[in-house]
Amino acid sequence: MATKFVGKRVQRNEDPRLLTGQALFVDDVDLAGMLHVAFLRSDYAHARLKSIDISAAQKRPGVVAVYTAEIMGDDCQPGPPLVSPPPTAKNVLFNSRRQVPLVIDKVRHAGETIAAVVAESRYIAEDAVEDIIVDLEPLAAVSDLEKALSPTSARVHEDLDSNLAAHMVQEKGDYASARANADVVIKRRITIDRGAAAAMENRGIVADWDAKNHHLTVWDTTQAPIPIRNGLASRLGLSEHQVRVIAPFLGGGFGPKMMMFYPEEMLIPWISMKLAKPIKWIEDRRENFYATTQERVQIHDVEMALTRDGRILGISDNFLHDTGAFDPYGLTIPLNTQSHAMGAYDVPNFHSELKVVFTNKVISTPIRGAGRPQGIYVVERMLDIAAKELGLDPVEIRKRNFIPPDKFPYEQEIIDQAFSQLIFDSGNYLPVMEKAAKLIGYDQFVREEQPRLRAEGRHAGIGVVSFVETTGVGPYEGARITVQANGKIGVATGVGTQGQGHYTSFAQVVADQLGVDVRDVQLVSGDTAEFHWGTGTFASRGAVVAGNAIHESAKAVRAKILKLASETLGAPEEELELEDGQVRVADIPHQSISLGELASLANPLRGAVEPGSEPGLEATAYFGPKYGATAFGVHAMILEVDVETMMVNIKKYVVVEDCGTILNPMILEGQIHGGVAMGIGNAFYEKLVYDDNAQLLNASLADYLIPSATEVPRIVVGHEETPSPLNSLGTKGAGEAGTIPVPALFAQALENALPEYKLEIVETPLSPNRVFELIQKKEKT
Amino acid sequence: MSQTIDISVTVNHTTYERSVEPRMLLSDFLRHELCLTGTHVGCEHGVCGACTVIFDGQPCRSCLIFAVQADGHEILTIEGLAPIDNLHPLQQSFIEAHGLQCGFCTPGFILTMVPFLERNPHPTEEEIRQAISGNICRCTGYQNIVDAVMLAAEKMSAAQRV
Repeated sequence: MATKFVGKRVQRNEDPRLLTGQALFVDDVDLAGMLHVAFLRSDYAHARLKSIDISAAQKRPGVVAVYTAEIMGDDCQPGPPLVSPPPTAKNVLFNSRRQVPLVIDKVRHAGETIAAVVAESRYIAEDAVEDIIVDLEPLAAVSDLEKALSPTSARVHEDLDSNLAAHMVQEKGDYASARANADVVIKRRITIDRGAAAAMENRGIVADWDAKNHHLTVWDTTQAPIPIRNGLASRLGLSEHQVRVIAPFLGGGFGPKMMMFYPEEMLIPWISMKLAKPIKWIEDRRENFYATTQERVQIHDVEMALTRDGRILGISDNFLHDTGAFDPYGLTIPLNTQSHAMGAYDVPNFHSELKVVFTNKVISTPIRGAGRPQGIYVVERMLDIAAKELGLDPVEIRKRNFIPPDKFPYEQEIIDQAFSQLIFDSGNYLPVMEKAAKLIGYDQFVREEQPRLRAEGRHAGIGVVSFVETTGVGPYEGARITVQANGKIGVATGVGTQGQGHYTSFAQVVADQLGVDVRDVQLVSGDTAEFHWGTGTFASRGAVVAGNAIHESAKAVRAKILKLASETLGAPEEELELEDGQVRVADIPHQSISLGELASLANPLRGAVEPGSEPGLEATAYFGPKYGATAFGVHAMILEVDVETMMVNIKKYVVVEDCGTILNPMILEGQIHGGVAMGIGNAFYEKLVYDDNAQLLNASLADYLIPSATEVPRIVVGHEETPSPLNSLGTKGAGEAGTIPVPALFAQALENALPEYKLEIVETPLSPNRVFELIQKKEKT
Repeated sequence: MSQTIDISVTVNHTTYERSVEPRMLLSDFLRHELCLTGTHVGCEHGVCGACTVIFDGQPCRSCLIFAVQADGHEILTIEGLAPIDNLHPLQQSFIEAHGLQCGFCTPGFILTMVPFLERNPHPTEEEIRQAISGNICRCTGYQNIVDAVMLAAEKMSAAQRV
């Protein structure tokens, strides 16, 4: 079917509201009689809770209630395990330890919630937090990832023998014999440190228990309203239909707003039921640094075995992953790392042992990239080091190792984050690499520009790296589409939206099927009262899983429209066309009926809706992929380093992306721009600095540096389209693509810019200061 | 903290008389007293720029001043810039250049750039990047915001020529 909207740069339906202050965010919810919560959080990372005295806080005028774990009693239960390994998983050790709403006996990370104060205003609630006297006995903190596994280390969870949270080995082929037969074996240790998602909107929850109707309404900054509703119902002793969770407009998600059951997410609804009052809590930025999940800490001991001509024979990657104080999110991140540690390459032999470690730090859960940037960093760095050792060009060594197009679907022979077989569905990598090399002007830069700049004493470098992104995983999403009597199309789906343009890209899919304008498609998402089946917006799956559910549903509605219109207009279905909100008999334009009129006919006040048929022009459909769709891309950049300050200036940045069928190139490019900006932060600016006491030292946006408009360059985006064979739209996800390869790209380009220092970068994030230190270290040795 | 001070603040051309605690932030006053929730709060320590409003014609971080300091002054928030069916050229340009994604930081960017464009109607890309470098956006990578401002500058100078 020819498309009028899919694939086009359609402007966004949601923009006018967002641009005029008329879009509802959670903090905008204002209910009569609403009370406000502030939390007492631990200053210590690891401490025994000896006593709490809340009496002064309770007496403060304007304070309505103060809650501690003791007062909560049996209701103070750990959050649910979210995506733990299934019981069928073999050879997996997994110790599930989940966060509690309020600290019961021991604090396990700085920022953990100890008490909740409910008051008439947030100002009074914060005053009363200061009135609470808490006696904490500090314990030795588990801060260093390696030391955490030493037998003498303090234990985050004393009921366990060690701080080992999980252990798992994955094998493909026979790495040991590949190593024995290799011409070259490269061995390195690679370390990756912590970062924050830092969405501009902090988290927030408003809960309203209606005691007369026995109904709970919750506004939550969640990427997964349906699992939150289901979990709240179960934990609060309610039926699912008694709980409505709304994720309205969200000010960015990037992972940490996923289905977490954060302590606050459980407590605010619980307090609302206790007091029968609307309750609001809005996280402030400092809390966001201490209480919202973080990611990325891993230490890898890697080996790459190659032939003399640069063919990878095998990779061994044994690594530690820091899960922080709890591990509610299972093995998602480290399994993603394993799934990406072979990159886009045809690697016949692979061995990877992962160890997940508890520390006294904020919990790790996926942040844009979710373990993928670490895997890609490892494989891309190792290839760069191998290329240097073998005297090969970095682009050339990649081309020699790409999975060839005739090998798809490509079975990786390991399991992915969903504990399913990891299969790359489709791809054609070489043209993407060639397009990127052309757009960045690779040959010209290396042959002419760089020698000229070096002769001038300037330090300009080029980098080219590739990446894969596993996207669009199951289990499923759904959508209900309704033609309304006013001719507009209502679409309800479960996935929430955090800025991805769902109101527009999903509308484009529907508009093409039903012959209406994109502006006449009204999407409701993230409200369980509108649609209550689904999981959420994560793993770059919106356009794949929800997009295809909407596509299927739109096709079903189209069929109903055609059937009824055929009866009404007395013309065969194949002679009908849907355009401009009308069904017309082709060639006889005046013989037509509007969709609104048809919708009214389908919902009669008299007569009979015949047995076996349904009223209305409405359909609900679901889509669950057999396995994920894997996208591919190449990033390239030219940067210049000021060797006095080690500041970098990115002169040119190119992304060529293959994420299958493109629904809206304008939105896709926006996703890539933003992803690259976050990747630049991950590579060169953003690092959460913890000390040996597991105290975060830079918990403000003044100290944790998010790139601004002067650090992020203009980004040139090119596209290739290899549609996924796994879904009818042919889409693959792209939400995380911009972020994943940037640290690897920075490392390569920096080394290339500073040849005289013979730098070898095996860590991320960097900073001007860190590059200076690395050079000093190099000069000393 | 029961002491309150009477203030009179003009917001979006309407004058409001209120009695507020001296410690109340202007951002909280706008959002929670006047229910003008288009002003967003991202950090409350003056770094992110999301809460920017126009204060006597100048961009100003409403999380960094108290409501009492606005006594007798004039404030413009995003709600007062233009009606939804007749957007300011900068708002329209944000749509056309895809200068927003989640939209949380957007009112702050718009209200930083409206006075900027009045002072500098023909800015270069570099000048725009400098001018927005005090506002953080986590979604867009800034490129389309820069393009939106350049597009708005063109639209506004074309409108003046007519």
